[in-house]
Amino acid sequence: MYTVADLRKGLKITLDGDPYVVIAFEFAKPGKGQALYRTKMRNMINGTILDRTYRSGETFEPASLEERTMQFLYKEDNVYHFMDNKNYEQIVINEDALGDAKNYLIDNLQVDVLLFREKAIGVNLPNFVNLRVIQTELWAKGDTSGSDSKPATVETGYVLRVPPFIEEGELITIDTRTGEYSTRVKG
Amino acid sequence: MAINQALADKRETLAARARIISALRKFFDEEGYLEVETPLRIPAPAPESHIDALPSMEWFLQTSPELCMKRHLAAGYGRIYQISHCWRAGERGRLHLPEFTMLEWYRCDADYRDLMDDCERLIGFLAAVLRLGDTITYRGCEISLQRPWERISVAGAFSGYTRYSLAAALQLDLFDELMVDEIEPRLGIERPTFICDYPSSRGALARLKPEDPTVAERFELYMGGLELANGFSELTDPAEQRSRFIQEQEQRRAHGKTVYPMPEKFLEELTNMPPAAGIALGIDRLVMLLLDATSIDEVVAFTPEEL
Repeated sequence: MYTVADLRKGLKITLDGDPYVVIAFEFAKPGKGQALYRTKMRNMINGTILDRTYRSGETFEPASLEERTMQFLYKEDNVYHFMDNKNYEQIVINEDALGDAKNYLIDNLQVDVLLFREKAIGVNLPNFVNLRVIQTELWAKGDTSGSDSKPATVETGYVLRVPPFIEEGELITIDTRTGEYSTRVKG
Repeated sequence: MAINQALADKRETLAARARIISALRKFFDEEGYLEVETPLRIPAPAPESHIDALPSMEWFLQTSPELCMKRHLAAGYGRIYQISHCWRAGERGRLHLPEFTMLEWYRCDADYRDLMDDCERLIGFLAAVLRLGDTITYRGCEISLQRPWERISVAGAFSGYTRYSLAAALQLDLFDELMVDEIEPRLGIERPTFICDYPSSRGALARLKPEDPTVAERFELYMGGLELANGFSELTDPAEQRSRFIQEQEQRRAHGKTVYPMPEKFLEELTNMPPAAGIALGIDRLVMLLLDATSIDEVVAFTPEEL
């Protein structure tokens, strides 16, 4: 069980039966008044944002989430298939529940699948993934007139800005927390 | 080991903070106040429902120097001030540190209106020392220091800024929530605001207003939505003070909080205290305001997390 003193960004609690993650939190205390804990939370199943102000003494149940390391197998229509490497059990997650994570899922990628009451509700990705560029415009060497980045499409279909020197077929590292280009993978 | 860059980067802020504190001393010294020092570790903090002291062996770290300072008044000191550290358990946030620095000043033969005048002159003096002109910019607010500053009642703020009257807010137990969510963000935006006359239940050491005993002669100063100072006309009746303390102790007991011993020496000496007024002003927040800082962390050398 958590108390208001445990509230912080990233804490996952159960509220009205659903798992929520705290996305913003502020301590307030009007002069000589009681301590108030202003909390903004996101429902981890449907994404709804909730504002609640708590007083001292309130308690919360942790969100009963299970995390299992799984391997991404393949995508079929809007459904993503994963397998637990320990017991070969397979599960599926709908594209909606994946959010931006779908941009980085390539075959065999290891991710942490988040389960709530045995239903997968999302995945935690590695901070960096390597993806191959499948389409980008050629950059004329010595061209200094253009901008310092250009669009590129990677093998998952995700489009991002990359430096001009990146060519089709190259492997690049992307920061999954920001969705931005990080570096070129040599070799 | 590389140098502590975060601390090194605070040099300019900490130098400005030192200038502000030195200007505070100059202001009070010139006004004929005596700077006093009272013990930080005390046996009996003032019993207040929502202020929690940190234990220190069998005693406590002070939550405010209030009681020892009033004992000075009772012993004939007419004008005193103190800059000291205070501790309040569990208070940590953008505007709160569990250990912070407080300025308190007390003056005999004065009431809360005189303190409001003091605040106007003090902040004006500091702005002049820092060459800020007569406007302070804080978090996007252009706050004019031209006097007089806004003075509104708590009841007026509730009916003006919320959907509830003060009486309804108290009855529904929504006072603090409405104060934080609806009222505070609107205080001191174009010019500083004194919000005055708190419900009698919210001023355990304040005198009730003679013409309306449902409210206490207590005010808070806000600038740019930031709560800076809390002042009041002092309650000087020992019997009434004791019964208010008992009420606060009962509140604490009901909430399962530590019940502090009755501050008996203070109550005994209160008999000799002349009519007076006193105020506490948070120095860290004052520095935030004058330097336009977003978080209290920016204006101290170390936060508890950095120790």
